[in-house]
Amino acid sequence: MLYDVLIIGAGCTGVMTARLLSMKNVKVAVAEARCDVAMGATCANSAIVHAGYDAKPGTLKAKLNVRGNTLMKALGAQLGVEVKNVGSHVVGFGEEDLPKLKELYERGIANGVPGLEIIGQDALRRMEPRISEEATHSLWAPSAAITCPYGITIAAAENAVTNGVDFYFNFKVSASVRDGEGFAVSDGEKTIRARYVVNCAGVHSAELAGILGERDFPITITPRRGEYYILDKNAGHLANSTLFVCPSDRGKGILVSPTVDGNLIVGPNAYPIEDGDDRATTAAGLAEITAGAKRIMPTVPMNMAITSFAGVRATPNIYDFYLKRSEQVPGLIHAVGVESPGFASSPATAEYLVGLLEEAGLKLTDKESYIPTRRPDGNHIQFNRLSEEEKAELCRKNPAYGKIVCRCETVTEGDLLDMLDAPIPAVTIDMMKKRLRAGMGRCQGGFCSPRVAALIAERTGMGLENVTKHGGGSWLVTKRTDGEE
Amino acid sequence: MTTRELTCVVCPAGCRMTVTLDEGGAVLSVEGNTCKRGKDYAISEITHPVRTLTSTVPLTTAEGEKMLPVRTDKAIPKEKLFEAMAIIRKSKASAPVHTGDVLIPDFIEPGTNLVACKDFA
Amino acid sequence: MTDKKLIIIGGGPAGLAAAVAARDRGLDPEDILVLERDSEPGGILNQCIHAGFGLHRFGEELTGPEYSGRYIEMARERNIPILTNAMALNLSADREVTFVSPETGYTTIRAEAVILAMGCRERTRGALGTPGTRPSGVYTAGCAQRYVNIEGFMPGHRVVILGSGDIGLIMARRMTLEGAKVLAVCEIMPYSGGLARNIAQCLDDFGIPLKLSHTVTEIHGRDRVEAVTIAAVDEANGRRPIPGTEETIPCDTLLLSVGLIPENELTRGAGISISGATSGADVNQFRETSAPGIYACGNVLHVHDLVDYVSEEAVIAGCAAADRILGKSAPVLKSLPVSTGFGIRYTVPERIDLTEAQEDVRIFFRVRDVYKKVQFFIETEEGEVLVKRAKSAAAPGEMESLTIPADKLKELAGADCAGLKIYLKEAGGSAS
Repeated sequence: MLYDVLIIGAGCTGVMTARLLSMKNVKVAVAEARCDVAMGATCANSAIVHAGYDAKPGTLKAKLNVRGNTLMKALGAQLGVEVKNVGSHVVGFGEEDLPKLKELYERGIANGVPGLEIIGQDALRRMEPRISEEATHSLWAPSAAITCPYGITIAAAENAVTNGVDFYFNFKVSASVRDGEGFAVSDGEKTIRARYVVNCAGVHSAELAGILGERDFPITITPRRGEYYILDKNAGHLANSTLFVCPSDRGKGILVSPTVDGNLIVGPNAYPIEDGDDRATTAAGLAEITAGAKRIMPTVPMNMAITSFAGVRATPNIYDFYLKRSEQVPGLIHAVGVESPGFASSPATAEYLVGLLEEAGLKLTDKESYIPTRRPDGNHIQFNRLSEEEKAELCRKNPAYGKIVCRCETVTEGDLLDMLDAPIPAVTIDMMKKRLRAGMGRCQGGFCSPRVAALIAERTGMGLENVTKHGGGSWLVTKRTDGEE
Repeated sequence: MTTRELTCVVCPAGCRMTVTLDEGGAVLSVEGNTCKRGKDYAISEITHPVRTLTSTVPLTTAEGEKMLPVRTDKAIPKEKLFEAMAIIRKSKASAPVHTGDVLIPDFIEPGTNLVACKDFA
Repeated sequence: MTDKKLIIIGGGPAGLAAAVAARDRGLDPEDILVLERDSEPGGILNQCIHAGFGLHRFGEELTGPEYSGRYIEMARERNIPILTNAMALNLSADREVTFVSPETGYTTIRAEAVILAMGCRERTRGALGTPGTRPSGVYTAGCAQRYVNIEGFMPGHRVVILGSGDIGLIMARRMTLEGAKVLAVCEIMPYSGGLARNIAQCLDDFGIPLKLSHTVTEIHGRDRVEAVTIAAVDEANGRRPIPGTEETIPCDTLLLSVGLIPENELTRGAGISISGATSGADVNQFRETSAPGIYACGNVLHVHDLVDYVSEEAVIAGCAAADRILGKSAPVLKSLPVSTGFGIRYTVPERIDLTEAQEDVRIFFRVRDVYKKVQFFIETEEGEVLVKRAKSAAAPGEMESLTIPADKLKELAGADCAGLKIYLKEAGGSAS
C-alpha cells in the first residue's frame, strides 16, 4: 500500500492536516509514536484560542493565528465541540505597562484582529469583578476563545478516520528511506510507504527531520515546560474571560482563565528543559504558579485545585513557525517549531501545509463522499451535554445511558461503550478521560477508573492486567498470584 | 520483671495497655484496659498472639467470575497468617454461596473454618 | 415513576439503616425508595472485607460485607424498595429528586422527606499538589482496595503509602498479605490519622515503618511509578519539607490515604447550608438540614471512623423523616446553636431544636489536636456546665461524644439561653 501522504505526529497540527486531506481524493496515513492523538503539547496547554495580537505582523504566526481563530470556531460548530467566545484581557499593572499594551494593540490591528480595545480600570473591574485592585488597564480582545484542545483534535481525528484516513499508533519513526516512488518510513518493525511526508512531530520535529534525511537542518528545538493547576468547577465562575498578565521584565505572565468545561485553569511558567518528554511538575514551579495567579486575582482559591500538570512547548531557535518544503528531500514538508499559538493556528496551519503539498506536486480534487461529521451517522452524543428531554429519550433508547459510571462528570456506561466503538476506539484510561472527562472531576478517577478499566477489559477481551493508563508501560494492575512467586 | 506496652486491637477504642511480666515471661498484671476482653487480648498477645484473617477467593457465578470475601471464623495464630494466605490464594468457590457457609473446614487449626462473608446467588 | 413519601439517596450503611428505621417507625415500605448508584446495595462496605465492624451495633466483629449484608437482609425482610444503578443527579430544596437508572431512565420525582446518605470520597493527589510526573500507579487507597477485593487484581507490588488514614493502613496489611512489599507509610502530621488498633494490627504486625512528620515530595516515572521521594517536614514551618532529609524510595505504587470528603454536590445544588468544619450539611439533632424535610446522615454529613455510628446516626434521621411524614414531629420551642470552644474542631449536630417531647441529645465531636488527660465540657453560653467528662487521651482520628440529658435540655427551653458551647481542658493546662 502506497499512501499519497504520511503525516508524522498526531497532535493538533498533524490531525487538522489529515482532516483537510480527508476531504480530497488522496490516501492519507498518520503515524503517531504514542497510543492516542493529542498526547503532546496539544493535551497540556492553556486551552486558549488566542485572538492573534501577540505575534509580530507579517509572520506566519500572526497570519495563521488570526485565521485559525476563525476556523477553529467553525470547526467546533461542525464537529459539535464547544468553542466558547469568552474574550481575553492582557492586564496591565500601572502606567509603565501601557506602552506594551499599546504595542500589542498596534500589532493586533496590523494582524487583522477584530474588536481590540484598551480599556481602563473601571471597565475592567466591571467585566472582571475579582481582578486585582492593582490592575489598571487591559487590552480587551473579544475574539479570543476557549475550548478543549484535545477534545477538538480528537473530534477532527474521528472525522478524518470517518473519511478514510488511517492512523498508526505506537509507531515511533526510527528510519526512513527515500526511493523513486516515495518514502518507506519504519518504526523498526512495520513500514509505511507514502509519496509525501509531513513532519508534524512537535517537540521531536527537529530530530525527526534528521531521520527523514535532512542534513544540517537549520532548526533546533528547545523544549520549554509550563506548569498548570486546574481548580474545581466551583471556582470556574471566578473569571469571565482569559486574564493574561502584561508581559514585562518581571517575568512571563501567569494566566487565569475559565475552561470550557467550567473549571478554572491557572498557569503556566516557562522553563527550558533537556528532555521534551519530561512533563514533571516541581514544587517550586507550582509555588510560582500560585504566586502568579494571586497577583492577577488575589482571592483565587488555590485550595480548590483538583490537579496540576505540565506541558512542553516546542520552542525553536527562530521567531516564527517553520513551515516549509524540504530543500534536500523531495516530497518532505516540515511543520517544525510550532509553539504557542500553535493550537489556535492549527486549522489555518493545516491549510498552509496542504498548500505546500500542492506546491510540491500533490494533486487534490474534492471527495464527493466527504462526511462532515465525526461519525458516519453524525456527531457523537454525550449524555451530560444533553437537555433533560434528550437525556430521557436517550435512556429510553439505550438503557446503558442510564447507568452513571463517572459520578463527578456524569459519564454513563453508554458514553463509554460508544467511545469503545468510536472511529479511534478508546482503550486506555486516559483515552476515555480525554474524550468523556471520565476521571477528570473532583475525585480524579478514584471511583470510576477501576470501573472504566473493567469495562475496557470486558469489551475488548484484553484482560484487566493489559489495560493501561496511557499506553506503554503504564499498567494498572497485575494478576493476583497464587502464592507461588 | 519486665513490662510491655500494647495497643488493644479488640475494638476500635484502641486502649493502650501495659503488661507486666515475671522473669519466666508469665503475665503478672495488665493495666490500661477498659474491659475484660482487653485483658484477655493482652495475655493472649503476650503468650500466643492470634488474628482473624480476611481475604477473597475467586467465585464462579452465572455472571462470570467474582471475588468472594472470606474470613476465618476464629482468630488463628499470627505466625500462620502467610501460610493461611497461601492456601486461600489457591482456593476457588462456586455460587450459590451464603454468608457463613464453610468453605474450608478445620482451616489452619482444628475447629477453625474459612467461611464466606457474602451471599451470591 | 410515581412520587414517594421518602426518598433515601444512597444504599450504603447509612441509607439502609435509615430506611429500616423509617419503616420500623411506621412508614409503609411502598412509600420509601432507596436510590443506590452501584449495582448492589451495601456501599463502600462491599469492598471493606476486613473485620472490625459492628461491635457496638451487633456485639460482634463483622467484616464489611457481613455488616452491610445484615442491613440488606433487614431491608429485604421489610420489602423496602431499593433501586440499584440509580444515580441522583439533582435535588431541589423543595425535595424534588432527579435521578437516572437503566431501569427507570431519566426521572424526576418529589418526596415529603429526603434523606441524604451519599457517603464520601477520597482526597486525591491533585488536592495535595504533589509534584512530579503523572504515571500510572498512584491510587487512592480505596481505589486500590476495589482492585484487590472486588476485581481480584493487584494494583502494585512495591508500595509506599502517603497518609495514615484507616483505609491506607488496612490496605498496607491487605497488600502485604497478598504478597506485596509495603515499604513505608508516611504521615505529614506528628500523629496517625487512623485508629490506634490499625497501626498495631496493620503496620506493627508486619514490620511496616510508619514515618510520622514525613510527606511525599516528588513522584518519579513516566509510564508507571518508578520511585517516590519522601522528606521530613518542619512542624514549626508550615510542615514544609526539610531540605536535606529527602530519601528516594524505588517503588511501583503510591497509595494515598489522606482524608475523606463528604460528597455534597447534590446538597450544595439544593442550596443547603454546609458546615465549613465538616464539609457536610449543618443539622439539628434530628439530622435535619437547613432545608425542611431534607435530612443527612453517615459520611455525607461528617466522616465517621466507625460504621456503627453511621448506622446510629441514620436511625435518628430515618425516625425523624418518618415522624415528619406521619405528622408526629413535635413542634420546636427554641433553637440552640452549638458552638466549638478550645480544642474542638466540630460538632454534630450544630444546633439543638428543643421540643415538647425532648429526649437526650448525643453530641458527636472531634478534637483539634492530640491531648493527654482531658476534660470535656458542655456548658451554656451563660456559663452553666451541663455535662462534664474526663478522658485519658483524645486525638483527631477518634470521634468523641457526650450526651446531654433530656431534663437539662427541658430546663433550657424556659430559661434565658443563647446557645451551648463545647470545649476541653487539658490536665495542668488552662483553657476557656
